Amino acid sequence: MDTVTTLLLAFVISVTGLFIFIWSLRKNLFDGDPAAARVIFSEGEIGKVEEPALTPQQLASLQDTVGEHQMPEDPARAALMHKELEERLQADRSTSLVSFVFLSCAIVWLIIASSAGLISSIKLHQPDFLTSQAWLTFGRLRTLHLNAVAYGWCPMAAFGVAIWTIPRLLKTELVGGRFALLGCMLWNAGLIAGLGSIAAGFNSGLEWLEIPWQISILLVAGGALIALPLVYTLQNRRVKHLYVSIWYMGAALFWFPVLYLVAKMPGLHFGMEQATMNWWYGHNVLGLYYTPIALATIYYFLPKIIGRPIQSYNLSLLGFWALAFFYGQVGGHHLIGSPVPGWLVTLSIVQSIMMIVPVIAFSVNQHLTMRGHFKTLIYSPTLRFIVLGGMMYTLSSLQGSFEALRSINTITHFTHFTVAHAHLGLYAFFTLTMFGAMYFVMPRVMSWEWPYPRLIALHFWLVVIGFAIYFVGLTIGGVLQGLDMLDPAKPFMDSVRVTIPYLEARSVGGGIMTLGHLVFAFHFVAMALRYGPARIGPALFHKSAIAATQGA
Amino acid sequence: MESEVKLLSGAMVTLALATATLVIMPYMQLDDVKASPGLKPYTAAELRGREVYIANGCLYCHSQQPRSQAQTPADFKRGWGRAPVAGDYYYDSPPLLGTMRTGPDLFNIGARQPSADWNLGHLYQPRAYTPGSIMPSYPFLFDVKAKADPGDRVVNLPPGYAPPGEVVVARPEALDLVTYLLSLDHTYPIKNELTQGK
Repeated sequence: MDTVTTLLLAFVISVTGLFIFIWSLRKNLFDGDPAAARVIFSEGEIGKVEEPALTPQQLASLQDTVGEHQMPEDPARAALMHKELEERLQADRSTSLVSFVFLSCAIVWLIIASSAGLISSIKLHQPDFLTSQAWLTFGRLRTLHLNAVAYGWCPMAAFGVAIWTIPRLLKTELVGGRFALLGCMLWNAGLIAGLGSIAAGFNSGLEWLEIPWQISILLVAGGALIALPLVYTLQNRRVKHLYVSIWYMGAALFWFPVLYLVAKMPGLHFGMEQATMNWWYGHNVLGLYYTPIALATIYYFLPKIIGRPIQSYNLSLLGFWALAFFYGQVGGHHLIGSPVPGWLVTLSIVQSIMMIVPVIAFSVNQHLTMRGHFKTLIYSPTLRFIVLGGMMYTLSSLQGSFEALRSINTITHFTHFTVAHAHLGLYAFFTLTMFGAMYFVMPRVMSWEWPYPRLIALHFWLVVIGFAIYFVGLTIGGVLQGLDMLDPAKPFMDSVRVTIPYLEARSVGGGIMTLGHLVFAFHFVAMALRYGPARIGPALFHKSAIAATQGA
Repeated sequence: MESEVKLLSGAMVTLALATATLVIMPYMQLDDVKASPGLKPYTAAELRGREVYIANGCLYCHSQQPRSQAQTPADFKRGWGRAPVAGDYYYDSPPLLGTMRTGPDLFNIGARQPSADWNLGHLYQPRAYTPGSIMPSYPFLFDVKAKADPGDRVVNLPPGYAPPGEVVVARPEALDLVTYLLSLDHTYPIKNELTQGK
């Protein structure tokens, strides 16, 4: 059978299968407002804003923008509401220690990773900067940056937010939190050892998988332990419907260990197969781990803050299964032009383009849910980070789909354009979303308010402006580099020289971003050390908040 | 959705499909690839040099995969060589294809730049040979001494780049790395098998 027939056949079968699968899960696909979308709200809570990062006055302004909220007056409903909120408080208390540990580790790795990234960036236009030590050479420091982000900041933030959110979504307490704590310790021990070995020059030579497999055992064991509470908590759930965030988080927490285990299996992979496996892993760790966790975060926090269920529950169902299906197979677009089987590259290009389906499903849903509520962005820092993060998901995914086309890939592959794209996804989408979630989660975790609200705004503008400089600069530089490289009349050095101003711009942008991270870390520590005013319980129980809301 | 079993089994099925297409099928298809005729296995020194190449992250700036003339004629015209086939990487574990060209492709650097002196000196200070280069210098692969000892490999640098009154001596890692770089020569002819029809 020739390549085109195989490919078409595989494609038709898989798309048909996908739609039968979605149909079997849900026959009433165009239901108006299913109960499942409202599962994140307690009795009488729809229409009530929730935003722990705000002062009572700001909260009152936020409530104003979405309209007045009526507390249930019927005593039976009011009693039910109080019972449900009491249960949520219990759920929050059960996760506070575990989430705090994960999020604290996340902050430490964020600072380490940013510093390594910034120094690497400077080295690209100051090549004789810090060259005397082997561990400081660009090739090692850049790899330390990637691994500290990919296995430090991102998973620690993701685990911290997921573990806090899951019991709330299942309306039960976290069960087995101590396994997660043990897992966290193993994971961090593994990561420290892994980074140490990369710095010392021991690495596997595969991008994203540099940590030697002997050390990876710690990460696999740690990851499995961290997933255990999810299983136990699911068994204890008190809700019938599994909310959309649970699908994404649950699937991601199971996808990652499988991916990592297969990828790191010693002695299994060979030659060019190793290259295809490398990008199967490299793209899926983004698509099937970080992306679903961040989407789950948006699907929970966005409706929760504005007090309104997501617009189309079924659209989110379509988005989830289309992502699960298409994203897994896009990795081959990293191998366009290399000697791997041609059908594989073509398949990945097709699936990359098909990724437009889940992306549009998500974007439309987010937009429709926010419609009429965009003014809330003025008041809620969480929402500002999360909504911007969601928009960047749309942008980076669409960019990624088109980058997979051979005509565009020929220009952008092998250039800094790809680096800019990677940061659009993992920074502007994932990291901003995690910042937003942390602003919401931490006051609940600590029972304490953010001490200096102005620092939240400062953090936001520093990282947004820094990233804009980073992304725009590097994107332009990458395209110019690619065009020069394709012109055989120009010496190769032209493609290097043309990028210098843009590489400098990247260092400036990266420096501003790092400054923003330092502000965030300072604020986090100030909160952990209990500066500023105390807060007890959820905002609804908070005396001044109730007074402010009722006064509004 | 109400069943976590349906959710997780569905999730695992989609991952299995992805694994089948990107890992298992290539595994079966590429299993019987033979080394390209004309490709020599690495020597022990070349393998040690390959480890130095990996340890210092050379692959993050240098690709080892010239593109086909059908995709772009530029790579071939720059003298980077023909498009590779799977058999060219038979002895490579892992293959160091690379994803960036902050520096030029090195698939045939051994044929393009066969001078060990040039390669050693270029590692010590790239800007001595290529003005404007942004490749890092690797002083930690070299020793600077007042006088060379017997058996030392002295690096001949262009005037003005050697430390005054001293000599630069290559450490074993630098010698291994250059041995590896000089072994990167895939200029032998091939019969095209896997890449046909792309």
